[in-house]
Amino acid sequence: MEKGTEKAWDVLKDLTDPELPFLTLDDLGVIREIKRNDKNHVVTIAPTYIGCPAISVIEEKIASELKKIGISPIIEKSFSPPWSSDWISENGRKKMEEFGISPPHPRIAETIGDPLLKDVKCPQCTSYRTEKVSEFGSTACKSLYRCLDCKEPFDHFKCV
Amino acid sequence: MKSNTADMVFEGLLRIADDNLILGHRTSEWCGHAPTLEEDLALPNIALDLIGHAQTLYCLACEINSRYKNEDQLAFLRLEHEYKNLLLVEQENGDFGNTVLRLFYFSTFMKYFWERVKINCCFKKLKEFSEKAFLETSYHSRYASQWVVTLGDGTDESNLKMSNAISNLEPFLGELFNNDDFTEMCSQNDFLPEPTSIFESWKNEVEAILQKGNLNFPDIILKKRGGRKGEHSEAFGYLLSDLQYMQRAYPNSSW
Ligand SMILES: [Zn+2]
Repeated sequence: MEKGTEKAWDVLKDLTDPELPFLTLDDLGVIREIKRNDKNHVVTIAPTYIGCPAISVIEEKIASELKKIGISPIIEKSFSPPWSSDWISENGRKKMEEFGISPPHPRIAETIGDPLLKDVKCPQCTSYRTEKVSEFGSTACKSLYRCLDCKEPFDHFKCV
Repeated sequence: MKSNTADMVFEGLLRIADDNLILGHRTSEWCGHAPTLEEDLALPNIALDLIGHAQTLYCLACEINSRYKNEDQLAFLRLEHEYKNLLLVEQENGDFGNTVLRLFYFSTFMKYFWERVKINCCFKKLKEFSEKAFLETSYHSRYASQWVVTLGDGTDESNLKMSNAISNLEPFLGELFNNDDFTEMCSQNDFLPEPTSIFESWKNEVEAILQKGNLNFPDIILKKRGGRKGEHSEAFGYLLSDLQYMQRAYPNSSW
């Protein structure tokens, strides 16, 4: 973080995601950078998905919160490097599980192909006997699973 | 940016954005009509991705052509002949099999397209965008490929429906891989890859998936074209009247 942007960061770090209101933008790793040029603060955000409908809400929230402390920011979207589920903090993963969403496995699991790393745990009963029902869940960032033990359906945050 | 470079970048962005917008719109027509609840979530989610890609690309296009003030103007307020999308994406959805087969063809093409842009593109903002777009189109391609195999390798009836879908879409595939003066210029300027350069990778992947689904790879020769020049099929007029209704009835309306 750049010097002189601490105040802005203090305000932004606690903003929550409109679709996952129990997670902050900091938990999700969506806010990448806050910089200052001569006149403005430039806030760089990495959208979880290009077409994520929450992004415009997030932009509005950032602008209105910063306005309260007298800052009118320029908000820029960044796709490089692309947002990755690996950027979700430990704390964010814990909160997700408490909320009944199984957190994403680390991306490295995709490449090294260790099946254990890719096991999806049921957030209700902690069983690993689960199966994928659909690639897409209630939002683009989640897929739909079902637990073979407690039979409950649940969302699994996609590993991207 | 020099003015002839700007013209090239604008036109190139428009072609890709229009493909994504129109397929996104077609895909969104499934909302509330898909065969199962899961697919009813999946297809609108994919539509959202496609329209999101279009939106970002239109925004980039607006930045370099001041004639258009925002992405809505490009998406909703152009005339039919100003849209540069492929005929493939504007065709009616047909049945579910036809829809997922077209999505498979298109997203597999785009996956390799973005992969090439990621490596080499003189327009920095598009190069950055391609990193994310590559991941998302890969996901769409995988989703659609699973359905192509499931339906192709399912019952006699589902296999027949997929075979019909292959014949149905066959005339439109030539245009997907058609180079023209414009694509040649884009490639010479390290802006966009030539469509033909993607054919080998696309064919290998599509052929393998069709084979898994006991389906035959189609004949790809240039039969129908015109979309890139703004010459569209009958179905497109109906699509546009639906797509543009709100902005035509209430100009400049916003959420
Ligand atoms: Zn369970």
